[in-house]
Amino acid sequence: MTLATERSPELDEALGPGSPVVVFDRVSLAFDENVVLRDISFTLIKGHSKIFLGASGSGKSTVLKLILGLLKPDAGVVWVNGERVDRLSEWELMKVRADLGMVFQEGALFDSLTVAENVGFKLLEEGMPEERVWSRVDEVLGFIGLAEFADRMPSELSGGQRRRVAIARAMSYKPRILLYDEATTGLDPITADTVDNEIIKLRDLEETSSIVVTHQLRDAFRIATHEAVRDGNEIRIVTAQGSKAEEAEFIMLKDGGIHFEGNAAALRASRDPYLRSFLS
Amino acid sequence: MLTHTERWAKAAILEVQEYVQLLAAVGRAVVTPPFYRRDVVLQFDAIGIGSLTVVSLTGFFTGAALALQTGQTLDRFGARTLVGQLVSASMIRELGPVLTALMLAGRVGSGIAAELGSMAVTDQINALRALGTDPVRKLVVPRVLAATMMAPVLTVIADTFAIVAGWIISVTSLGVGSSTYWTQVLEGLYLGDAWQGLVKPFVLGLVIGTIGCHVGLGTRGGTQGVGRSTTNAVVVASVLVIAVDFFLTPLLMRVLY
Repeated sequence: MTLATERSPELDEALGPGSPVVVFDRVSLAFDENVVLRDISFTLIKGHSKIFLGASGSGKSTVLKLILGLLKPDAGVVWVNGERVDRLSEWELMKVRADLGMVFQEGALFDSLTVAENVGFKLLEEGMPEERVWSRVDEVLGFIGLAEFADRMPSELSGGQRRRVAIARAMSYKPRILLYDEATTGLDPITADTVDNEIIKLRDLEETSSIVVTHQLRDAFRIATHEAVRDGNEIRIVTAQGSKAEEAEFIMLKDGGIHFEGNAAALRASRDPYLRSFLS
Repeated sequence: MLTHTERWAKAAILEVQEYVQLLAAVGRAVVTPPFYRRDVVLQFDAIGIGSLTVVSLTGFFTGAALALQTGQTLDRFGARTLVGQLVSASMIRELGPVLTALMLAGRVGSGIAAELGSMAVTDQINALRALGTDPVRKLVVPRVLAATMMAPVLTVIADTFAIVAGWIISVTSLGVGSSTYWTQVLEGLYLGDAWQGLVKPFVLGLVIGTIGCHVGLGTRGGTQGVGRSTTNAVVVASVLVIAVDFFLTPLLMRVLY
């Protein structure tokens, strides 16, 4: 069993601080006559966050599916951890996906498996000894505060708990890149804060790079403007200071293209009518 | 802009292409690791053992009705004693494989399409792929293997129940002697019939399993989509069962007799 943490020193060095982990270069995709993405280019730096905003159907979730190789672009290049995922076969993509964790809308938990089996699914699939799997599952469920729910079925969980289990499943194998697809949509503000905090903790304490797709502005700004810090045994979520505040960038998609790219301060200061109307 | 007919033709060709690609992927996955033995065993149980009751009842009542109907017709020619021959030959060569397959299309094809369809619309299939698991190996192969391998077994069981039901009707209603019935059952059968009765359900099981998986995996549009897929899987699999049987019959007759 190989966790994403146990990869070659050469690759680790190549993917050191400041290196790009996801690169989109002039990516376009259309379904029949419906153009979903048009000439999209952006770069995600290791340990940073990109937050995709946009109206429903603007192509935000499609970006995540392209990164995972679940969809192939019609034109352009998609690099993930130095691999061109746009031309890899399904079999070759499995290796790239070992370093990617995805939290789907509504969680997409396997409804015939318990919470623990969902969280440990990939580890079991990869042949890790069961003892180590359940120990890791306990650790991860403890991290997201759902240890006592291990034997429950997904149908017995609330919406917020399902999203948190989905995060636990995505982080169980220690991927370096986490993708969140509308992880807080439909949740009440308190539960959404809990999910946001998990995203912040994973980014700042586990050093994962993250791409967050949402149309919940409140959550987007919380993730962009807060950081997790260790205070003894406590983990506190505080307002991001200095360069940390610059590490999360927003990308606003409109009509298949990038309408805005910049940090939270630049987004707030923008006088663009579309952005103003979106933010209001 | 494409016309309505062109769009329909394009969609139909794409559908066939995707089905053929699924067949090829299943072929590859059956002979190359990783294998999901536990899932295969679970599907053999769900599809094989789970269909036992419906298939047995279908066989029993078909055999009984067949004996009653043919007994009356054979009477006109003074050949009532041949009822055993007629029941066994028609069940083993034709009715057993087709009726069993139709029952499986209704029970198994719909079940597979609904299960995989629900997984598709709730992103569980994409979640599997994102977690590095090939849905064809994990979900499709166990179901297709179970449908393909269990269909002949279930057909033999349906045939057996039909012949026994024919015997009960022959003895109780038609006044045919027990030994006469069983002698006729055996005399009416050739080795080719037995082979036909085994090869047909094997192919029909493959059709039912792959159609259920193909339709299920292609499900779009929430719970309504799952309902549509379930209906489509049953309709397409049932029509294909009849059509494949029609084309397979002359081919097998040429090869086996």
